[in-house]
Amino acid sequence: MFPGKFGGIGANIIFFSYVYGLIKFNKIHFILPVELGGNLFVSLCPIAAIALDQVFKRVYIFYGLRMKKGASDNINAKTGNAIRVIPGCGAAIPPHVNNLFNIPIGFTELLDEIAIGVVILTLDRKIVVMNQALKALTGFSPKAFSGVACAHILRSNVCLHDCPALHIKEKSGPKCNEGNLINKDRQLIPIRITSGPLRNINGKIVGILETVENIHLLRKIDETASHAYNFNNIIGRSPQMEKIFQILPSLAQSDSSVLITGETGTGKDMVAETIHHASNRAKGPFVKINCGALPETLLESELFGHCKGAFTGAVENKPGRIQLAHNGTLYLTEIGDLPLSLQIKLLTFLDDKEIFPLGGIKGFTADVRIIAATHRNLEQRVESNRFRKDLLFRLNVIRLHLPPLRDRQGDIQLLLDHFLNTLSTQMGKKQLDLSRKTLKILLTYNYPGNVRELRNIVEYAINICADRQIKPKHLPSYLVEADPLNVVATAQEPPSQFAFNMDDRSLIGPEPHQDWSNIEKRMIMEALIKAGGRKNKAAVSLGWARSTLWRKLKQYGIH
Amino acid sequence: MPKKILIPLHENDVAPRFDLATEVLIVTAIEKSDSGDKRIMVLPRASADQLCHLIITEGVQTVICSGIEDDYYQYLTWKRIEVIDSVVGTSELALKRYIEGTLKPGNIL
Repeated sequence: MFPGKFGGIGANIIFFSYVYGLIKFNKIHFILPVELGGNLFVSLCPIAAIALDQVFKRVYIFYGLRMKKGASDNINAKTGNAIRVIPGCGAAIPPHVNNLFNIPIGFTELLDEIAIGVVILTLDRKIVVMNQALKALTGFSPKAFSGVACAHILRSNVCLHDCPALHIKEKSGPKCNEGNLINKDRQLIPIRITSGPLRNINGKIVGILETVENIHLLRKIDETASHAYNFNNIIGRSPQMEKIFQILPSLAQSDSSVLITGETGTGKDMVAETIHHASNRAKGPFVKINCGALPETLLESELFGHCKGAFTGAVENKPGRIQLAHNGTLYLTEIGDLPLSLQIKLLTFLDDKEIFPLGGIKGFTADVRIIAATHRNLEQRVESNRFRKDLLFRLNVIRLHLPPLRDRQGDIQLLLDHFLNTLSTQMGKKQLDLSRKTLKILLTYNYPGNVRELRNIVEYAINICADRQIKPKHLPSYLVEADPLNVVATAQEPPSQFAFNMDDRSLIGPEPHQDWSNIEKRMIMEALIKAGGRKNKAAVSLGWARSTLWRKLKQYGIH
Repeated sequence: MPKKILIPLHENDVAPRFDLATEVLIVTAIEKSDSGDKRIMVLPRASADQLCHLIITEGVQTVICSGIEDDYYQYLTWKRIEVIDSVVGTSELALKRYIEGTLKPGNIL
């Protein structure tokens, strides 16, 4: 009997293992004990171990016995360590753990219950036993690994560069290394290997115990955490964006309709997807439909579906997008462009939660969360009778207004850095930086196309730039030759009176009313300040005649 | 017709990782025997990209390796190079088995 003990990782478990081998020598059969799953046997009698499989086969033939199906599967020619049943002699039993319960329990079965990969190695780093989790991680079948050098099965960079098993000494404890492995499916998986000595009850190291953890998910979490200023790919550190990041998680948990407003390119689609993925409906479908992209009749069929024969060409039943979004989220983008007739139908669905396909008499009750988005001012459209007021009230349960990029202080720089990093990596280019002049142009630009435009500008510059630094000549020409008037804020639709309030603060506060007269007034003031109050100089800088400036000053009451 | 075979090496074995191999064995097999040219090339550093480049420029037709990332596997097969991966064992035995026509991906020799 050879009692074994492994410590260092997890609790100490004392186990006993008997594996007997039969050797035919000078016409006499010897029964040999193989200790600790064959480790010691292999190290002491390697030739005998290699021959063990053949010996067994000869013994079976000698005794006229057949191997039981399954028994042969477990015999390894190199170690002979995994022998379970030897017909005819009944000597070999699998490794088992004693003294935990009244009866011994299977050691491999115990290992298989452990959720992380575990492997036991000999001192020369050959695999003795490996649990199911590690088999799943590496992709190697149970028959394949026994007696093979660990590095060939784990295929980790840790094994090849700095094998932790080599550093295990009499007094050493467990050692932890991070690296990666390539599994049999040719995937590169980040892993953490912890190696510890496996000692017998006398404290002598008889083997090595290694645990292998897949840290792919942990890395993913780390990557997410490293972007301190983002929420599911939405990036920003301006106070406006921080307010949105704060409210999004709680918003996602509710089932209320959400209306997202904001200029083009502010990230309405991303916010809608984020809400869906953070909600309890994340496992359900996220169905998007652009209400402005299709003609009215087609849109009706797309939204509500149709029955066979409902109209010419309706050769079969077709479920609508609302039905497809059952148990998920329906995202209606450009809701401001939804035709009036469909607005009524959508209103009915929002009330009754039941849809009737075109030409159908049987309704379908859909459990759908509605998220709508538009860049239009819905209040103005209500006033001009192009949008139903009652639909607006139903959609406008939670309103989220995304600020334009020009109002997000500090975000332009952050987004520039982000896009420079991600796009240059995607395009396989070296890390680029911006010259001071380029940065100044980009920071002062107005971005009517918001984040989308900024991304496109960076992508253009990375494509054009062959140097390490992006200079103004690498920017799109409209930026460099921009009319100075364009730099001033473009006209923006007035804010909604229904804007979502949080702690008595408007989530996105009302924008100052900016029309041309305001802009012109501001331009005159700025020119006058720059000219030190001299009207002649101010008129020259504005490109106006002196009389025009006088007229404007009178018009705006500037004295 | 002579056939060029490349095996990334780790000591005498097929290297466990294609991308971490610093030595390669290049064999020109003639008529089901490895009697042709046989040379070991030491690489300046381990790099899967450079190894792929070497395979293409050397006109290798078959690569016998162990762990290889899918991107490189797909690239090489797209270049019509036969890749027998997940082979565990000595390079000599792998080569012998390949020439005999009995080597398959995933073989532990």
